Amino acid sequence: MSVSVEVRNLSISFGAGAHAVKVLPGVTFSVERGECFGLVGESGSGKSTVLRCLSLLTDFWSGEVLIDGRSVRDMPLIERCRTLQMVFQDPYGSLHPRQSVRTVLNEPLVIHKLGDREERMRRAITDVGLPISFLDRFPHQLSGGQRQRVAIARALILEPSLLLLDEPTSALDVSVQAEILNLLQRLRYERGFTYIMVTHDLAVVDHMCDRFAVMLRGEVTEILPHEAIARNGASHPYARELIGASLDYEGIR
Amino acid sequence: MEKTILDVQNLRIRYGGSTTEAVRGVSFTLGRERLGIVGESGSGKSTVGRALLRLLPGATITADMLRFDEVDLLSLSEKEMLKVRGRRMSMILQDPKFSLNPIRRVGDQVAETYLRHFKCSRREAHEKAVAMLEAVKIRDAERVFKQYPHEISGGMGQRVMIAMMLLADPDLVIADEPTSALDVTVRLQVLTILDSLVRDRGIGLIMISHDLNLVRNFCDRVLIMYAGKVVETLKAVELDQARHPYTQGLLAAQPRIGGTRQPLAVLDRRPEWLEENA
Ligand SMILES: Nc1ncnc2c1ncn2[C@@H]1O[C@H](COP(=O)(O)OP(=O)(O)OP(=O)(O)O)[C@@H](O)[C@H]1O
Ligand SMILES: Nc1ncnc2c1ncn2[C@@H]1O[C@H](COP(=O)(O)OP(=O)(O)OP(=O)(O)O)[C@@H](O)[C@H]1O
Ligand SMILES: [Mg+2]
Ligand SMILES: [Mg+2]
Repeated sequence: MSVSVEVRNLSISFGAGAHAVKVLPGVTFSVERGECFGLVGESGSGKSTVLRCLSLLTDFWSGEVLIDGRSVRDMPLIERCRTLQMVFQDPYGSLHPRQSVRTVLNEPLVIHKLGDREERMRRAITDVGLPISFLDRFPHQLSGGQRQRVAIARALILEPSLLLLDEPTSALDVSVQAEILNLLQRLRYERGFTYIMVTHDLAVVDHMCDRFAVMLRGEVTEILPHEAIARNGASHPYARELIGASLDYEGIR
Repeated sequence: MEKTILDVQNLRIRYGGSTTEAVRGVSFTLGRERLGIVGESGSGKSTVGRALLRLLPGATITADMLRFDEVDLLSLSEKEMLKVRGRRMSMILQDPKFSLNPIRRVGDQVAETYLRHFKCSRREAHEKAVAMLEAVKIRDAERVFKQYPHEISGGMGQRVMIAMMLLADPDLVIADEPTSALDVTVRLQVLTILDSLVRDRGIGLIMISHDLNLVRNFCDRVLIMYAGKVVETLKAVELDQARHPYTQGLLAAQPRIGGTRQPLAVLDRRPEWLEENA
């Protein structure tokens, strides 16, 4: 099952009156069925905010978000959860401190009345490279990267068609990152998952994404195919600077 | 690295209620240099950092030596430790937003670090805090000063932690993934600030990171940890000549710009890696 995403003029302000700050003035992009779309850009430019708006975690935005042509606001909650899931930037904040990993993974299965729960949980935890015994641990007993993998397992367990991934692998060592990225690729080919992925690592974008948007202060400066990274084919000055800096950082130039 | 700031010998850490050790005999010394620690997720990197600051309630810490300057960290009372922690030895924690108090304004927390360690007026502390937020390249520092932790971005949170550390002006900094949420441009600017602390002020810096490009270009030496042990120590510039199969596997698993987009190489973790010594 594959879905497309259409974001039109997404705009949001935080705060009221004279203190209001427009964080996104009007973001527009579209993602095809089964595409992996990257969001990169300046820290604080609004990447996580875009994902939070798409998933309606923040809902006081204006503009349109269409999933397979249908407004995300018109989807009943249960259907929305089955369609899209999000992996958060800071896994500590997104895992309940007093819930064991088992509870975290079991809850969505109960809510959505899915069977074979034990089997599904075991597969999800194994898929992200953790031993099954970790089902009985609590978040504070896990390392940063282990928490992140639990968050990924929680998002995958409902087999959503659209995954919103906020820095999914920046807390992982590159060997575990490789396993997670390979898993995401495989799911994409096997089940047609669509991804929107925020990352600061342009090598990950080049490896995973078809196209990517470069954000600066709430605006999409440019949307580029992944091939544009290696030859720095950007035309917007900020996008050029960011790609150039990444090439230097990798020691490529 | 003429002077040794930190001397760690045979450090072992066991979490309360756990049957195995999370850290199994780690030894290293640190001079006025940038020491990188890379390693497997869950290998004990953050645990080592927290043990140095004795931030591990309920865990059992033993070592043949755990010395910071002239201070024996193991025999220090909690009261004496309070004078060392934060002021002389500072850690930038891996989960910035979790480490901040969620119901207090970010800027007040930064200003408080300064007030805690130096005698000055609230107003002065406020000014220092804003200036430091600007120094770590936070746009619109006055606005961010007034925000709560849940209102700032991931990379802003990391920079707030760095600003707090900078204000305390310590001699030893343990930075746990301090720049992973920063775009490359800002990351390089922040690394330059950390670099100048080592070069100009002569502090010791431990940099825990998964970013191989970062440790290769920014650190002097690198420890590689696997399952609670240091399996290899390398000069950073010689990272690519690593001998241990775990380190070699890491290098091979890294995606690269202009790569083939074929599945990435994954590690075949060998049981014997658990046993060997560096
Ligand atoms: N609830 C909120 N209230 C006020 N301001 C907010 C809120 N949430 C986000 N912001 C502001 O919106 C801007 C964008 O934040 P966002 O987290 O989307 O950035 P980002 O691009 O994900 O950055 P990073 O790469 O550092 O994670 C920031 O200036 C932030 O302070
Ligand atoms: N409070 C605790 N109780 C029991 N085990 C713990 C506790 N905290 C951490 N651990 C375990 O100790 C090991 C080392 O954790 P640590 O956080 O030091 O790893 P790390 O090397 O920093 O990993 P990462 O790169 O993922 O952050 C992990 O296997 C973790 O599950
Ligand atoms: Mg973010
Ligand atoms: Mg850690």
